[in-house]
Amino acid sequence: MLGKIDREFAFLEKAIKLRTFRQELIASNIANADTPGYKAKDIDFANALSGAVGNRGDLALSTTHRRHLGPAEGSAMGAQVLYRLEKQASIDGNTVDTDTELANFTDNAVRYQAELTFMNSRIRSLTSAMQTR
Amino acid sequence: MFKVFDIAGSAMTAQSQRLNVVASNLANIDSATSSDGQVYKAKQVVFETTPLSKAQRNVAGVRVREVVEDTAPPRLVYDPTSPFADGNGYVTFPNVNAVEEMVNMISASRSYQTNADMMNTAKTMLLKTLQLGQ
Repeated sequence: MLGKIDREFAFLEKAIKLRTFRQELIASNIANADTPGYKAKDIDFANALSGAVGNRGDLALSTTHRRHLGPAEGSAMGAQVLYRLEKQASIDGNTVDTDTELANFTDNAVRYQAELTFMNSRIRSLTSAMQTR
Repeated sequence: MFKVFDIAGSAMTAQSQRLNVVASNLANIDSATSSDGQVYKAKQVVFETTPLSKAQRNVAGVRVREVVEDTAPPRLVYDPTSPFADGNGYVTFPNVNAVEEMVNMISASRSYQTNADMMNTAKTMLLKTLQLGQ
């Protein structure tokens, strides 16, 4: 019974977790806008989400030797962290474009709040289903 | 999401340190001598990426790795009446470039503002998350 309720929320929960990770990545980009040699990073959200929903993200290879390859490092939900294609790199090797990053940051924040709204309405509909007699 | 605060906070600390260095450079632009008798040298900060944790290397803040002294030659001004003039009547002034420092200052303050905005957005998002299901 409770497992079914859990399944109701699984998709949005994964989406929100990925949004949080992406928000942190973009925050790192903006924070390092003046760091020499820093390369801007991001994830392909649609790809990462379909990976996470298809349960690819939660599967970790069992490693029996310390030199075995583990899951993607420095990432969340198995998302693949990619370097952003540079528009105009600085002479010090930094590829952060603050305007692009800020746009992405805001976009991600709005979508995060949208997902929270969906989550809220799902909670509300479940609650009302429970209260109906 | 709380990591955004750490990231933005580290960047704000680093940028304010840069701003301090700029202020020090600009304040000493006309100091012909100092307490140790040496002429002031312009200072620059060097930023470095610092991952918040070993497990997530891609989520990283920033810190000032070191403060380096500018290697540009000092500014020589002909003023034989000055007590600091050398044998040829030249006074050595710091190698501070006022234009560069002003640009540095604006850049630092813009970065600081962006990071403060970022913190605000993260705060709104977190507060919204706390209201989930209410």
